[in-house]
Amino acid sequence: MEIIQFIANNWSSILGMAFEHITIVGVAVGLAILTGVPIGIAITQNRRVADTVLYVASIIVTIPSIALFGLMIPILSHIGQGIGWLPAVIAILLYSQLPIVRNTYTAITNVDPALREAAKGMGMTAAQRLWQVEIPIAVPVIMAGVRTAVVMNIDVAAIAAYIGAGGLGVLISRGISQTDPRQLITGALAVSLLAIVADWALLQLQKRLTPAGLKH
Amino acid sequence: MIQLENLTKTFTLPSTTIVAADKVNMTVPSGEICVLLGPSGCGKTTALKMINRLIPPTSGRILINGEDTSGLNDIELRRQIGYVIQQIGLFPNMTVEQNICVVPKMLGWDIKRAKARAAELIDLVGLDPRQFLHRYPKELSGGQQQRIGVIRALAADPPVMLMDEPFGAIDPINREIIQDEFLKMQAELKKTIMFVSHDIDEAVKMGDKIAIFRAGKIEQFDAPDKILAHPANPFVADFVGADRTLKRLRLVTAEEVTDRNCPVVSRRATPQEARNAARSSDSRIIVVIDADHRPVGYVTAEEMEGADGSITDFAHALPATVPVRADLRAVVSEMFANDVMWLACTDDKGRFAGIVTQPAVTAALGETYKRSEMN
Repeated sequence: MEIIQFIANNWSSILGMAFEHITIVGVAVGLAILTGVPIGIAITQNRRVADTVLYVASIIVTIPSIALFGLMIPILSHIGQGIGWLPAVIAILLYSQLPIVRNTYTAITNVDPALREAAKGMGMTAAQRLWQVEIPIAVPVIMAGVRTAVVMNIDVAAIAAYIGAGGLGVLISRGISQTDPRQLITGALAVSLLAIVADWALLQLQKRLTPAGLKH
Repeated sequence: MIQLENLTKTFTLPSTTIVAADKVNMTVPSGEICVLLGPSGCGKTTALKMINRLIPPTSGRILINGEDTSGLNDIELRRQIGYVIQQIGLFPNMTVEQNICVVPKMLGWDIKRAKARAAELIDLVGLDPRQFLHRYPKELSGGQQQRIGVIRALAADPPVMLMDEPFGAIDPINREIIQDEFLKMQAELKKTIMFVSHDIDEAVKMGDKIAIFRAGKIEQFDAPDKILAHPANPFVADFVGADRTLKRLRLVTAEEVTDRNCPVVSRRATPQEARNAARSSDSRIIVVIDADHRPVGYVTAEEMEGADGSITDFAHALPATVPVRADLRAVVSEMFANDVMWLACTDDKGRFAGIVTQPAVTAALGETYKRSEMN
């Protein structure tokens, strides 16, 4: 009851924090798509490079987010951005590489070799094969990687409140420091809800982007 | 016309060098189908794929219609050659129409023209354009997919087609149907076709010429009938099979061995008329026909000797009839099934066209042997 009261009283500031949260994850994952998809495609050309890149991306994910934030403080302090929005975005950008690069790589390498041979034999250039055949077929799997990245990083963004990035994590950190269960629970609920909604929304997008001929 | 001159492909491995194609020389005249035949690993697919440079040749020349293809870049070259593979490789993200239009679009065709061409080609393989153009590959049966695969290769009307075991993944019944359809199409389109197969029966059926490969070399390059009648060496003889003479049955139609002088009498004729007919043609058998000239039965000359009454009292039923267009394999099969030495043939309208006898069949098969011995 108290919690509902709290939410009702602080509705607009909670929405503001949710907006900040979405912005951090949105910008970071957006950038991660712009980097991860080309990387994922590029590494299909060389098995050893692919293994190395995927290995590095896996290691990055094993670094606890709080440690990654800590590591970035001295580095980014040089440009006066040791804490706040920028390190949060960079961390999420780095974490998102694994699911996006890996899914892109897997999807492209799994394109039926017969399709590649047919495309080549018909006289398609490498770029035409990529844009007209390989990427359209890979889209559903790439989008699944994006969904994983978003859901995983909605949590990371919550922790970024500790380095002053804002977002719904602020409610949680305040709830802990002020021993205020209302803020803590509201923050936790909001983060979970955001993750669920984002996952659902991206699933719908994934379905829309899947070519009709590949739908079941 | 496709000419291969000393076409060679070697793969260099750390330990050894593999010669996949060894100085292959052959000429396929325009409008003919040449089947590259051999066991797996014999180099037939390598030879094929060197023509559109999916496998770059190590040395040698390839000429298409007299022009050395080395002057063209890979992309230009491939767009001028139709390519069909066993796995079909229709793009699942594109509709049938989009699949067919891929090459025309790359060649800069007007979109309307490309679409009209797609509809025309679908019609050509007996599918309804309105129904099929906007379907996706997964909504088609295997046979339909392969038909689309073939017409996709024909879309830009290339003079030359390469077909890599195109009907290999289709069930035997549909394979026969599609092969027949394709031959009918080819009779009109007259493409110059290189066709890889590992199936001697398919090669005999589809090929104007057959090149038999072993270990990267052509063992024999000849018309199917020649290869079956006169295998150049034990390898070829072994590959085409001990039943090679029986395989030749498919190359000859009933029409070619039909005895057209077989006497006929109408149902209303008298035994006397039958005797006269038999005498004038020196035949034991007299076929009885109806008013539409359809065979309905037969009588023998012996039965007619001194016979009286109506022909229909003596006439025996015909166990079976065969169309003149049937190949001899079907004819012989009917003979064996009915335990007879001869069968009546009918033309397209069901009229009597003559009889085929077992001696005539064996003589026809034996003839090729003698003919070329004289050469």
